Amino acid sequence: MKILVGYKRVVDYNVRIQVKPDGSGVVTDGVKLSANPFDDIALEEALRLREKGVAEEVIVVGIGPADLTSHLRNGLAMGANRAIHVVTSEAVQPLTAARVFLKLIEKEQPGLVILGKQAIDDDANQTGQMLAALWDRPQATFAGKVEIADGKATVTREVDAGLEVIETELPAVITTDLRLNEPRFIKLPDIMKAKSKPIDSIEFGSLGVDTHDHLKTTHYAAPAKRSKGVMVKDAAELVAALKQKGLL
Amino acid sequence: MSKILVIAEHLDGKLNLSTARAVSAAAAVKPEAIDLLVLADAPDAIAAEAAKIDGVSRVLTVARAENAHPLAAVLAPQIAKAAAGYSHVFAPSTTFGKDVAPRVAALLGVAQVSDVMSVEAAHTFKRPIYAGNAIITVEADANHAVVATIRTASWPAAASGAGSAPIEALTIDVALPTHTRFIELKQGSSDRPDLQSASKVVSGGRGVGSKENFEIIYKFADKIGAAVGASRAAVDAGYVPNEMQVGQTGKIIAPELYMAIGISGAIQHLTGIKDAGTIVAINKDGEAPIFEIADFGLVGDLFKLIPELEQALG
Repeated sequence: MKILVGYKRVVDYNVRIQVKPDGSGVVTDGVKLSANPFDDIALEEALRLREKGVAEEVIVVGIGPADLTSHLRNGLAMGANRAIHVVTSEAVQPLTAARVFLKLIEKEQPGLVILGKQAIDDDANQTGQMLAALWDRPQATFAGKVEIADGKATVTREVDAGLEVIETELPAVITTDLRLNEPRFIKLPDIMKAKSKPIDSIEFGSLGVDTHDHLKTTHYAAPAKRSKGVMVKDAAELVAALKQKGLL
Repeated sequence: MSKILVIAEHLDGKLNLSTARAVSAAAAVKPEAIDLLVLADAPDAIAAEAAKIDGVSRVLTVARAENAHPLAAVLAPQIAKAAAGYSHVFAPSTTFGKDVAPRVAALLGVAQVSDVMSVEAAHTFKRPIYAGNAIITVEADANHAVVATIRTASWPAAASGAGSAPIEALTIDVALPTHTRFIELKQGSSDRPDLQSASKVVSGGRGVGSKENFEIIYKFADKIGAAVGASRAAVDAGYVPNEMQVGQTGKIIAPELYMAIGISGAIQHLTGIKDAGTIVAINKDGEAPIFEIADFGLVGDLFKLIPELEQALG
């Protein structure tokens, strides 16, 4: 079985995001970029399934500009067998990304697609669900535990009410939650090894994907700030203050 | 004019409060009609509850055995079909809505607006990105239906009681997949208020130190009638189960009173609480970022301060 893994590059989670003064976007020039943390978890899960013998091949997929190859090399260094780079200088929205994945699925015929539940830049949380719909296959979102056996996936999902367990036939789309696993660190020899692994470049335009995005972002703003409050000296003063506000 | 279909969320035969919050967002579009769609195996009791929500024009029910559990792959084709004739389809931005709404959007071939914080116009919305560190204004294509999830912490629940919307049973003729099966839901059993809708929430963080120590948080919460939450660090450390996590990747809540105890205030946690009415922080580290946004801060050892708080409460 092949596993396709979405591997998006985003602004590193430690970077303090700043909105440009003219509201045209957020500052990304010179800012550290890293793999979307949920995608690292997706890749880790795929690698563990390969190590268990459930899968033979793990393919990381990235959609982005020419310099995305260095990011895909990290995915290869982590352990993916090969990478597919869909080359475009335009940012793609989730529906477009799902359509791109569907095209790659038609070619690669994976048994499983694992994506992060959301990317920490646009926080959309949509691509996996959209892909499953377009592919007409099962989805298991927000996975906290994945077991593959007898052509089926048993997935424990982190939902608001607790933990939901579902079973799906394969192929299927799984999206990862934080507690699914802890991604491994990349070691130096793996970086060297990754240099010889193949990255297959595909021009976005050659896929024949509908690029008509339906959402237009017209303005970026910094969030409203909460003002700093007061420090109280002890428990009695805190209780008195909360009682005065009618909160206790 | 707009016509909005709101997808009702429910569990164990009861309507989830997030539904009434989505109705509030729908009302902000000033539509001609707001219809609520209840997909269940036995929708009658849920529909009766839904019919009382102010502003709801009709409650539409789809009763099918396959709808006993909220499987997105099963619900989405029914919702997509029911969406014909509507300008907007709204679902709460809970794990339920986040799971099913994008699947509906893709079936309709449209984009989705996630986590709507405000409605600027019928096709213009504000939503957070980068964990709430930037707020964007997005315009959806007016020639297509708008599928959106509603950030529940940004919207009050529409009042319930005065409404008496008619309830109509729908028959939706669509084949449903059998490739996805529900096995079980392991729910935390708790007599405490529901974290998502409670007016008071007490949360504990890494500073609490252990699963056993969390008892002090539960006890204090019970004393003031609060729900109990936790930071990601506390969940990751195994002190409490995942459904108690408050923050960007857990629950985003807006209680009247939020008390963060032993929580330093990582960005992703603050994202989950910044709509709270009053935030109280108790932490031994006076430099902790949580104090930057707290209305009331108290520096000290939580194991000493909580008993003192209980004493001061009488």
